Amino acid sequence: MAQLLEQLFNGLSTGSMLLLVALGLTFTFGQMGVINMAHGEFIMAGAYVPYVLQTSVGFLAGFTGLAFLVSLPLAFVVAGVLGIVMERVLLRRMYDRPLDTLLATFGVALLLQQAAKDLFGAPNVSISVPPFLQGNLTLGGVVLPSTRIFILLLSIALILITQYFLYTRVAGRRMRAVMDNRDLASSMGLPTGRVDSITFFIGSGLAGVAGVAVSLIGAIGFQTGTAYIIDAFLVVIVGGLGKLRGAIVAAFALGVLNAFTEFATSASIGRAIVFALVILFLQFRPDGLVSFQTRGLIA
Amino acid sequence: MRPPSCKHLLALFTVFALLLTACGSETEDESTATDGSAEPTDEAGSTDTEDSTDVDGAEEDVAAPATGDAVPVGVLHSLSGTMAISETAVRDSTLLAINEINENGGVLGMQIEPIVEDGASDWPTFAERAEKLITTDEAAVVFGGWTSASRKAMLPVFEGTGGLLFYPVQYEGLEQSPNIFYTGATTNQQIIPALDYMVEEGLTDVYLVGSDYVFPRTANKIIQAYADANGLNILGEDYLPLGDTNVATIVSNVVSSEADIVFNTLNGDSNVAFFKELTAKGNTSEQIQSMSVSVAEEEIAGIGIDNIEGHLVSWNYYQTTDLPRNDEFVEAFKAEYGEDRVTADPIEAGYNSVYIWAAAVEKAGTFEVEAVREAAVGLELDTPEGLLTVDDNQHVYKTNRIGVIRDVGVIEEVWNSGEPIEPDPCLANYEWAEGLAQGECG
Repeated sequence: MAQLLEQLFNGLSTGSMLLLVALGLTFTFGQMGVINMAHGEFIMAGAYVPYVLQTSVGFLAGFTGLAFLVSLPLAFVVAGVLGIVMERVLLRRMYDRPLDTLLATFGVALLLQQAAKDLFGAPNVSISVPPFLQGNLTLGGVVLPSTRIFILLLSIALILITQYFLYTRVAGRRMRAVMDNRDLASSMGLPTGRVDSITFFIGSGLAGVAGVAVSLIGAIGFQTGTAYIIDAFLVVIVGGLGKLRGAIVAAFALGVLNAFTEFATSASIGRAIVFALVILFLQFRPDGLVSFQTRGLIA
Repeated sequence: MRPPSCKHLLALFTVFALLLTACGSETEDESTATDGSAEPTDEAGSTDTEDSTDVDGAEEDVAAPATGDAVPVGVLHSLSGTMAISETAVRDSTLLAINEINENGGVLGMQIEPIVEDGASDWPTFAERAEKLITTDEAAVVFGGWTSASRKAMLPVFEGTGGLLFYPVQYEGLEQSPNIFYTGATTNQQIIPALDYMVEEGLTDVYLVGSDYVFPRTANKIIQAYADANGLNILGEDYLPLGDTNVATIVSNVVSSEADIVFNTLNGDSNVAFFKELTAKGNTSEQIQSMSVSVAEEEIAGIGIDNIEGHLVSWNYYQTTDLPRNDEFVEAFKAEYGEDRVTADPIEAGYNSVYIWAAAVEKAGTFEVEAVREAAVGLELDTPEGLLTVDDNQHVYKTNRIGVIRDVGVIEEVWNSGEPIEPDPCLANYEWAEGLAQGECG
């Protein structure tokens, strides 16, 4: 029983990580149709933020916990700005050619990886886990690491904030309007260009926050992003392009499915089974979990 | 408005794109650290694909270096992709050794001219580049490889063309190619002494965790056989796809097994995630010890010293190895590449490889592969890890050293085998290993 509970927690924890890395992509890939191969590198950029704050910013150096908390919004801004720059300089010219964005953003990904290698060196670095996230909680005989609980809570918080923003703030509603029907929104006087920038800022920024979460449990190095990009696309596609609700369900479903297949078999075989199930699933629901007629992606 | 089937296409294309990333991420820049003063001819960027040379009759067109006062040698490591982190450092130490030898007059009065190629963490690329180095560049010898997969890919090329490879990394043994010198440890110099140490310390309940490829799988087969004969209990065996960081389930399995020690053959970023998760679940080396064979000085910073302090590793060399020749080596390495760089076992083995080859060439009086091979056997060299003797199976005698991780980049030796251990890649001298030998050994 305890083992089942533990696997359930492991699955939810994996799911929350999947959701974090995929959340931003539901905007940039799911809604704007940009096949953003640099999404992983925005995650990487975010992962380096707590490292830089902890090691290089004088007044924060003694306060690893504070530095970590500050890095959450800062990573959002850093990755968001990288996203805006890429959108303005590059993608703006490509909205009618979504497949070309694949190569363009892949190039950006390589540039960012190289930049990271030059800035921080090729070997991985690590952060000090803030004091309040060290240790763990024991619940019903199951040991729950604080870092994983934090990541779970962080993913839930981000969903709520995103929902609130999209459905109640003016900028969020404009975003949805442009995604639903760009021409109509434009003819109603919405500045679609500016809205695109904001969408990209948010999508990339969320990747940055995911990076901070990654820094707690994974490796921080120039290749960090490549480990997560496939998972991110997987969640967005299974969830249904651009569907926040679908992405949430898909992330947690994949996480739990992965934990249990891995527990029952082994990590390699478990992973293969999950992908086989995804292929099968897409045969029957090619549009993903949540789909309805939309003009969002390729109208 | 286009029909909705476009979306299917896009989904398909994305899957394709993802595959592309998996391979494509390995193609970035290879020239980050080619500033070794050996001024290597860096042809890693060249995209020409050689016509594959016919295997028959190829033997005479190698090892006959071009005229002039320089002898070309190949340096073939992954300078891009997953393995670049580890392999670029070996490339650096290899170039350092070449540089030192050149400053002291070269070999047979000729300067060594390194030709650096990028294996790009891709095994067919290793084979193709190796062939290019041997046939087109007429390299007298190639120093390179890290993963067993890359070595296995290059092996037929070297055997087919009669070339010579120096392979600098510990590996799973059970191989003995006449065209390869193995300057890293084989299993009876790294894994078996580690197991002996565990038995000695009473750490007998063992959990095996490794990356899912040839080295961990073979190593664990050997450990199983050893365990059956020497009273170790193997409580479980788990593999993680190479580079995967999704470790929660495996760590749960390890913790609930109540093992004394994890025998860890994980590679790369998986190590980072594994030790972070182990620590987050409340286990220090006091609760669950681990013995790693792929974690060296360079990896400690990335894993975080808080997560790995006190854990054990098994190698043949540490930066702290207390020998005069090592002080020289560490000083030269840091002077060349920066104070913050650390040396580690494969880095040192890469450095030794060049010296072994140069000494063999001097002894043979020629660059001919056959003569060099024969001359190398029985050579004795003073190296940073101590006295090193080349065995007639083309492996080297090595002292095993068990170390405890103390700080970032610092591993302290707590035990050593006392004397260099005879390399026994086929495990012929171990009764319990009967039936494991295969391939070259069989």
